[in-house]
Amino acid sequence: MNSWKPDAPVIAFDPRRLQAVQKPVEKRIRKDRWFERVCVVVTVASVLVLVVLLAAIFGLGMKTVTPGFLTRPPSPDPTEAGFFPAIIGNIWLMVIVLLGALPIGIATAIILEEYVPKNRFFKHLHSIAQANITNLAGVPSVVYGIIGLTLFVSMFMMHANAPKTIFEIGVKYYDQFYNEAGEVLLVPVDSNEAPETKPEQGMRALVHDGTAVALNVIGEDEPFPEDAAVAVRTVRRSDIPGRISEESWYHFRIPFGRSVLAGGLTLILVVLPIIITASQEALRAVPFSFREAAWGLGATRWNTVWKITLPAAIPGIMTGTILALSRAIGEAAPLLMIAGIVYISNPPGNLMDDFTAMPLQIYNWAQRPQAEFHRIAAGGIIVLLVVLLCFNAAAVYIRQKYSKYQGM
Amino acid sequence: MNDERSVATSGASPVAREGGASTPAVHIDAFNAWYGEMHVLRNITVDMPEKKVTAFIGPSGCGKSTLLRWINRINDAIVSARAAGTLQVHGVDVLDRRTDIVSLRRRIGIVFQKPNPFPKSVYDNISFGIQMHYQVSHRETQAVVEWALRKAGLWEEVKDRLHHSALSLSGGQQQRLCIARALALAPEVILMDEPCSALDPIATAKIEELIHQLREMYTVVIVTHNMQQAARVADYTAFIYQGELIETGETARLFQAPQDKRTEDYITGKFG
Repeated sequence: MNSWKPDAPVIAFDPRRLQAVQKPVEKRIRKDRWFERVCVVVTVASVLVLVVLLAAIFGLGMKTVTPGFLTRPPSPDPTEAGFFPAIIGNIWLMVIVLLGALPIGIATAIILEEYVPKNRFFKHLHSIAQANITNLAGVPSVVYGIIGLTLFVSMFMMHANAPKTIFEIGVKYYDQFYNEAGEVLLVPVDSNEAPETKPEQGMRALVHDGTAVALNVIGEDEPFPEDAAVAVRTVRRSDIPGRISEESWYHFRIPFGRSVLAGGLTLILVVLPIIITASQEALRAVPFSFREAAWGLGATRWNTVWKITLPAAIPGIMTGTILALSRAIGEAAPLLMIAGIVYISNPPGNLMDDFTAMPLQIYNWAQRPQAEFHRIAAGGIIVLLVVLLCFNAAAVYIRQKYSKYQGM
Repeated sequence: MNDERSVATSGASPVAREGGASTPAVHIDAFNAWYGEMHVLRNITVDMPEKKVTAFIGPSGCGKSTLLRWINRINDAIVSARAAGTLQVHGVDVLDRRTDIVSLRRRIGIVFQKPNPFPKSVYDNISFGIQMHYQVSHRETQAVVEWALRKAGLWEEVKDRLHHSALSLSGGQQQRLCIARALALAPEVILMDEPCSALDPIATAKIEELIHQLREMYTVVIVTHNMQQAARVADYTAFIYQGELIETGETARLFQAPQDKRTEDYITGKFG
């Protein structure tokens, strides 16, 4: 109304003139129809690709997915091979990622969205952090693998062939000898780096039931003692021990080595940018008027975040997190850098254990020449897909459920 | 408290003098406000007497909402907003950086233009503020919630659905809930930023009736672009035009015998 400027040039204009210069409608309608056809073709094509892919995988691998496949360790014999350590390894990774990435991600999103600084210096810092996070979301995951390798596996001691352990608790190392009967004698050692034990007369050792005995050491050619009680604790001077470890559930060392913790932390790095951006979107979707209402009642920024904004944003944050997790489940590249392709027969028992994950195990099988293993790989893919589908279904469910209550 | 108030009275202003009211609850002197480089309020000097309704009228964009939003510093939320001058509420210097805005906002409630209940139950909407500011038992909270809802004339309508979502209420009910939410904190001043502009005439009438009653206990400051509304509810009216305070006075006097030509033009509908 007020924008009308009287000095703007007024063109002499007769509305009836428009009748004479109508554009043909048919052309526009034809264009519209063609566009619709192109859309349909493109959609059908992409769905077809997916269907073909699924059909191929299910055709190849459906028969291998048996209860035994889910509960057995991998094996060099394709008929015996199982997925169990990989599934459990993945669960460990997911728990670590969830516990680590969710609090950090939400807290970062809150800082970035709700605590916008007024001070010029902090404003700068804020925008740098924001730009960084947005960029990190696009970094290829192999790069995170390298970060994880330097940061968690070796903690900047890359030059050492095997990273030296600086600190370690929750583990005991033994050198293992055998007596004549083939029973085990364990000599405790300080650390994994300790030199190999040379058996000496009277050295303290443990027998299989845990009782301590003093070693009786004999020469190469000496006969074993007749006395059974002495024979039990007798070894030869030339015997070479094997190093074994006994780990408790709280086993922890620095650096982390190729452990499930290092793998989980690396995956946290992969998903953090996704969780942060999703949480930011969710917080931004909460109407500003809610915040104003809370502030108007004398709420601090924290009161407002904790009682008003965060609860309203939780559905969005949860869906974002679940989708990020489902990405983490399928990640092979960064884990390949951390864990490598090794034969793992047991699922991790503590955070410092070796591990494998579903994508790694699938990769392992798929690269073998025998066709039997390709079938097993397809079976692994089916399991992975089912898990992913469950995650996505959960995300959809959460979104549906909460959007009903929120009315937002 | 009394000492503080006497400080506030020292700067007597047109409203206080004309109205002959006791001590002003809100004292504004040589007040200026900006958004970035835009100077939206120039040299405003006005007092709002205690336990009276003061209305600010003026065309859209004249700065009346900005003035209201500075009274409890809710304008802090806008990054580019700045203000200078004297703004005292019961002697407390509102603009002072050291002023504790949390208790300031408890003492100065605000009702916004668009009803903005939280996406929570009716009950939780009110108990949120109570539990934030006061050490009260569950039973006391219930009592306060009921009192506030009765005060806002909403109790009879919602007593059976206290635990339903506040978003299921009608627009007028939502706005009265927002008023109840502010009342529950036992404020001294209630700011209303065009509280009826999103409501239908019946809901508007109810809110206006409510404002009448609130005057007995609270100082009410209302911003409205509806002159009839100002005439109906306000004891004092101030006319703001293009960031300047043109005229203040008792509502009846201002509407019947405006002293400034611009006021007269505005209330007779020549512009705005």
